[in-house]
Amino acid sequence: MSTKPNNIVAAGGKQKTNRVIAFVCLSFFVGMIGVAYAAVPLYKLFCQVTGYAGTPQRAEQVYAGKVLDKDITIRFDANANGIAWDFAPAARSVTLKIGETGLAHYKATNLASAPVTGRATFNVVPDVAGAYFNKVECFCFTDQTLQPGETMDMPVVFYVDPDIVNAPELKNIKTITLSYTMFPVEGTKPVASRPGPGKSKANTEGTLGG
Amino acid sequence: MAHAAAHEDHDHKPYRGWVRWVYSTNHKDIGTLYLIFAIISGIIGGFMSVMMRWELAEPGIQIFHGLASMVYGVEGASAIDAGKHMYNVFTTMHALIMIFFMVMPALIGGFANWMVPIMIGAPDMAFPRMNNISFWLLVPALLLLLISMFVPGPAGAWGSGGGWTMYPPFATSGQPGPAMDLVILSVHIAGASSILGAINFITTIFNMRAPGMTLHKMPLFAWSVLITAFLLLLSLPVLAGGITMLLTDRNFGTAFFVPEAGGDPILFQHLFWFFGHPEVYILILPAFGIVSHIVSTFSKKPIFGYLGMAYAMTAIGVVGFVVWAHHMFTTGISLDAQRYFTFATMVIAVPTGIKVFSWIATMWGGSIQFRTPMLWAVAFIFLFTVGGVTGVQLANAGFDRMAHDTYYVVAHFHYVMSLGSVFAIFAAWYYWFPKMTGYMYSTLIARTHFWLTFIGVNLVFFPQHFLGLAGMPRRYIDYPDAFAGWNHVSSIGSYISAIAVLVFLFGVVEAFQKKRVAGANPWGEGATTLEWQLPSPPPFHQWEQLPKIK
Repeated sequence: MSTKPNNIVAAGGKQKTNRVIAFVCLSFFVGMIGVAYAAVPLYKLFCQVTGYAGTPQRAEQVYAGKVLDKDITIRFDANANGIAWDFAPAARSVTLKIGETGLAHYKATNLASAPVTGRATFNVVPDVAGAYFNKVECFCFTDQTLQPGETMDMPVVFYVDPDIVNAPELKNIKTITLSYTMFPVEGTKPVASRPGPGKSKANTEGTLGG
Repeated sequence: MAHAAAHEDHDHKPYRGWVRWVYSTNHKDIGTLYLIFAIISGIIGGFMSVMMRWELAEPGIQIFHGLASMVYGVEGASAIDAGKHMYNVFTTMHALIMIFFMVMPALIGGFANWMVPIMIGAPDMAFPRMNNISFWLLVPALLLLLISMFVPGPAGAWGSGGGWTMYPPFATSGQPGPAMDLVILSVHIAGASSILGAINFITTIFNMRAPGMTLHKMPLFAWSVLITAFLLLLSLPVLAGGITMLLTDRNFGTAFFVPEAGGDPILFQHLFWFFGHPEVYILILPAFGIVSHIVSTFSKKPIFGYLGMAYAMTAIGVVGFVVWAHHMFTTGISLDAQRYFTFATMVIAVPTGIKVFSWIATMWGGSIQFRTPMLWAVAFIFLFTVGGVTGVQLANAGFDRMAHDTYYVVAHFHYVMSLGSVFAIFAAWYYWFPKMTGYMYSTLIARTHFWLTFIGVNLVFFPQHFLGLAGMPRRYIDYPDAFAGWNHVSSIGSYISAIAVLVFLFGVVEAFQKKRVAGANPWGEGATTLEWQLPSPPPFHQWEQLPKIK
């Protein structure tokens, strides 16, 4: 046999286009990995903008619009995770009109013998109310440092957007629970090299937003 | 081709001995390796499932404290605790092995590698060496996964027990030991293997079809593999990204999923299921392709609605990417999101229904022969439809709230996977075994295998519907006495299925011993795809003269 079989001739001509297709697939693959990582900031942004997963909104100034003649109760919840702080709301709940600006106080006492810096995460329940719960001022916007034995009063200024009555899922809502969990800022060791669970780690995400 | 000149004068024979397999660039040899690998993984994963059913045969803890003290050398109360975690490790490993190391290697690496180049009239895959590395990456991946069972996971226990979904925070702060890292690396490597395979299939199918083999004339199995390859290409990088974030959260102090540092554990669920839902179609689409060929062959009719079948698979693949949060109905997503994901999920029932009815229409009026592959294929259609119907039920957010994480869900996904995909794998095995080996198996043994499997797996999983509706949760080593009856039935079914696996292995050995010559086409006039034009087994290099496609 001296003639080359058809397929080898054909395959020789196709080597180049094979590589092109493989290259396109590979770039697609790399692009999708990029998309997976881009999902992290996008998801965060999405939660902040839409109030998804009970993320409260951050308002620049006190609301001055219409106040509805309808009561709503805001309950306050506080948890301390891995931090030697006594952390609790001053009052369990407050009832106010929808649209009215409210003020609540949390109290934190450092029980440790050294200064401790804490940071609070937060959300509201029901989750869908996040889009209508606005915080004007909050201790959770910044890190808090307490000296040993120091007690700090921490205010939250907030209002509930009157648009909440137009949301079909929320039109009969009577209660919104605002919850904070206080974490220590220290503790940068990754979990795999730590002896046990329950510690925290460094913030690699920059500011927490509101 | 650089070495084409060296080969043109002689018949390219395989190397001898181990070099033929380890260095192989031949799609048929690599396909065989994949099939052997899948059988071994299937036996390991199946062994784990029988251990779990043995444990669940009666209320109380039967065997896992003993297993834990045998394997890990712990005694007394710590053996009970280690045993409880070991049960969770078994569920996790069973799932990962069956998905990544059994079904995917069998359907994509095994049958698709073997048959797609032949069916489209190509001499081999587009990148034969990449095909080799795709396979050999799987071996260390499986080894890493198995090793993870013997290294520390959570405090006082061994292995990773968080389920195949690997949700944080249990996968991050809950299991500080290296077991979880090994699992993550194993999935990374298995993912790399699948990606290389997917690129190879896309290139082969787009670029190496014989003259006249247009996409609209291409066999449905090749269609299904093409769509599967695209799903892999789109979804696997998202999993790779997600588990890399887990890995860096665990080891390098990042905080993607750490709430106290601004991360969100729920984000992992979104990333995981953006991969995880297309993954279940990756596991079932090649099965659709196989069943189409078998139903057509043994009905002696062309497949009903060929184009509808091809585009139904495309539609399933596309819609499969926008339904992921139906796995997350109980994570607090808004009512509107639940409405959307319920609706979008139910839309998938339409193309799936097109496929089921087209298979039935293919059989309708056909000259049906119930030879062994047809038995498996018809059973596939029935069992897959049962699993599909419970899937449509579970798509309803309201019902899912009730059935979430109960045995109802276990029954549902085993009906589509363990009874669907696996039945299609066995259908393909009995359909193509004579072609791949040149030998005909014993019909009696093959039918015994079928009936034992059919009875066994239905006994395992049908009662789990009742258990789930009665409220029995998944992933627990123990249960209240009220659930004892159907659990016992389910366990007996798993023993029967295990015996069926032995019958299967015996049938393979028997076929190689007896060496009954199968002939080029043992299935008669209904078998019209190109592989039946070649001798059995096919020559080491096929299509030296490219086939003419009418």
